[in-house]
Amino acid sequence: MNIVRLIASVMMCGGLVATSAWATPYVPTQDSDILERLPDTVADGRARELRALRTALTAEPDNLTLAVQLASDYIELGRVTGDPRYAGYAQSALTPWWNDSAPPIPVLVLRAQLRQRVHAFDTALADLDLVLKTDPREARARLLRATIRQVIGDYPHAAADCAALARVANPLLGTHCRASIMSMTGELAQAYALLTPAAEHIGSLDTGTASWVLTSLAEMADRMGDAARATGLFKQALALTPTDQYLLIAYADFLLAEGRGAEVVPLLKPFPRVDGLLLRYALALQATGADNLDAIAQLRARFAASAARGETVHRREQARFVLELEHDSVLAVKLARDNWAVQKEPADLRILIAAARAAKADDVLESAHRWVLDHHFQDQRLGALAPLTAGS
Amino acid sequence: MEEPPALVRAHGWRAILIALLVLACPNVWAHKPSDSYLTLQVADRRVDGQWDIALRDLEYALGLDTNQDNQITWGELRTHHEAIASYALAHLHLNADAHDCPTTTSAHLVDSHSDGAYEVLRFTADCPSSITNLRVDYRLFFDLDPQHKGLLHLESAVGTRTAILGIDDPVQTFSLQSTGWFAAVRQYMSLGIWHIWTGFDHLLFLFSLLLPAVLTRHNKQWQAAPTLRVSLWDVAKVVTAFTLAHSVTLSLAALGFVTIPSRLVESTIAASVVLAACNNLYPVTLERRWLLAFSFGLIHGFGFASVLTDLGLKSGSLLTSLVAFNVGVECGQLALVCLFIPVVWRLRGGLFYQRLVMMGGSCAIAVLALVWFSERAFLIKLL
Repeated sequence: MNIVRLIASVMMCGGLVATSAWATPYVPTQDSDILERLPDTVADGRARELRALRTALTAEPDNLTLAVQLASDYIELGRVTGDPRYAGYAQSALTPWWNDSAPPIPVLVLRAQLRQRVHAFDTALADLDLVLKTDPREARARLLRATIRQVIGDYPHAAADCAALARVANPLLGTHCRASIMSMTGELAQAYALLTPAAEHIGSLDTGTASWVLTSLAEMADRMGDAARATGLFKQALALTPTDQYLLIAYADFLLAEGRGAEVVPLLKPFPRVDGLLLRYALALQATGADNLDAIAQLRARFAASAARGETVHRREQARFVLELEHDSVLAVKLARDNWAVQKEPADLRILIAAARAAKADDVLESAHRWVLDHHFQDQRLGALAPLTAGS
Repeated sequence: MEEPPALVRAHGWRAILIALLVLACPNVWAHKPSDSYLTLQVADRRVDGQWDIALRDLEYALGLDTNQDNQITWGELRTHHEAIASYALAHLHLNADAHDCPTTTSAHLVDSHSDGAYEVLRFTADCPSSITNLRVDYRLFFDLDPQHKGLLHLESAVGTRTAILGIDDPVQTFSLQSTGWFAAVRQYMSLGIWHIWTGFDHLLFLFSLLLPAVLTRHNKQWQAAPTLRVSLWDVAKVVTAFTLAHSVTLSLAALGFVTIPSRLVESTIAASVVLAACNNLYPVTLERRWLLAFSFGLIHGFGFASVLTDLGLKSGSLLTSLVAFNVGVECGQLALVCLFIPVVWRLRGGLFYQRLVMMGGSCAIAVLALVWFSERAFLIKLL
């Protein structure tokens, strides 16, 4: 009997979430019913500042200084909270220049940032090319172009940007940039050695940058197979920026790969709003044998909502969801492959190989393997996923 | 504009259902870019619209949080209803074959999507003539958030279409040229299925009559029915009687031979649910429940017919639509019965079913239906 009732209630829950994109409207009964809690930014003095800026800009929409200030603030708020609505607000501040072919330099940099967020890498790069042609010493554009070029796997050009960056910015930025490229192109241990001294002078850096360096080192240590050192570095970084989403995702992936899902559950429980973090949370629940049906239903609804608006930004996350939680390896390969065509970070390769192996897609495995060999790419985790480098 | 009765009477029940489900599944809102969900149902000259707009976006555009406590209550939303409707509808223009179709707000509700609560704005648009090309001009929030999208569901005789309305393509035109007989049949069938699935009073009536089908009664005690064959025969009698009866009156009413005031129809339907549920608590007749199904089925048929007449059918296609709609209702009903029977058959032996479902459930149905009855008969609002 209990089983039947359980199934019935699970079906109701699942049904609610699955149909939530077009669910059943109702009329609340009490005026005091709370329908929505707004993002908690009012307590933050910055929110008042933003509102004042927005009002000033509404009065004077062509004021470049105000527009750039407001857009930068919204972009930063979006980065910190992981809430994509702020990207839209930032774009709105830039409306008078948004469709220009050659807007002012600060607008170009921000436009490239917003385009990069939605993985429109081609147009973002075009903006950055324009900036750097006019002003080769524009450090933010240089750094962003190096990053995008690295993400799409254009290592020689990315390395050139890193070299130029070292000349115009804090030398640490240049070193970090160079180490990142080296780690992707057969010099993982050297990259780690190059970046390590920066970690030893962590006190002289601001917390954001310090955490960023430590996270990179942790990821490299993980790829070198040094789990103990990776753990230490991740923990050091977390102590500095406990809510940094990139860091939380990287650390959770590391723990999951290490079979330490039990540590992920309390780590990610406070962040259910962010899809990438909810995904790791659901994976950790699965790894520890806990009930994750609700999390899965949530994720399914969110990916459906994202598909409904025609987005493809989350294909890497979606491939992993489909492979490990929905167990549909064929669809996972398709998603991972489409994602790999756009971006080539270690996590993209990991999901590509895992999906291809599960689906026995030998052609995909072979092309991934060829890419690994061509770039002398090193990652101990790939060995655990597929004995490719060892096999041939 | 008056709403179709099916929509009006479903609210109370839906609110309860939602509350239960929300309790059962603690919801977690996602971070999501801004979308609105716009559903347009086109029938002849008329467009019925439902537009779900995130409260968060409305707050950003209009400022709903009057007392600035970072929460939006129903009271705050209610006081902004007029402002929301005029703001939203000023950013949506519907145009049929080069003629504007002015919009009128018909209701304000609330709903939840994966990223939080939404205002549900229901409206109608009346076009000067039958719509063959519908032009949708959508500009909501583009000035505040150029990444906002309107996700359109367009339902018409030619089927359902979806489109994404964004700042780069805010105006889209859809041809609704009917592809003929088959599309119309499909549309009316799905309308029939949808109507029975959302017509909670019809379902509660039927289910009240079906609850005892898997039981027998001895010495004022319920016991599990011994054989599936007997239970199925009982179910078949009730369902067939209900179907025959409501098909007859549905046809008579839709073809215009008989008309009964809707208030009388709707009240009697509610009363029939009360009676069917009470018959489970204090059985008057158990063997001849099919007779109850038949006699009250006649009045339920008039209820079904109101959906068809609300659409303002053209006489040429009336018979086809009527048959397709009726077939849809029967298919939808049969599907639910097929889901219902295995569950109650499985549960019938235990006290959970005999006490909680049978007695408690019937009691709850009777109370709910009594509320409906009072609302409909005396035109008061209780739920």
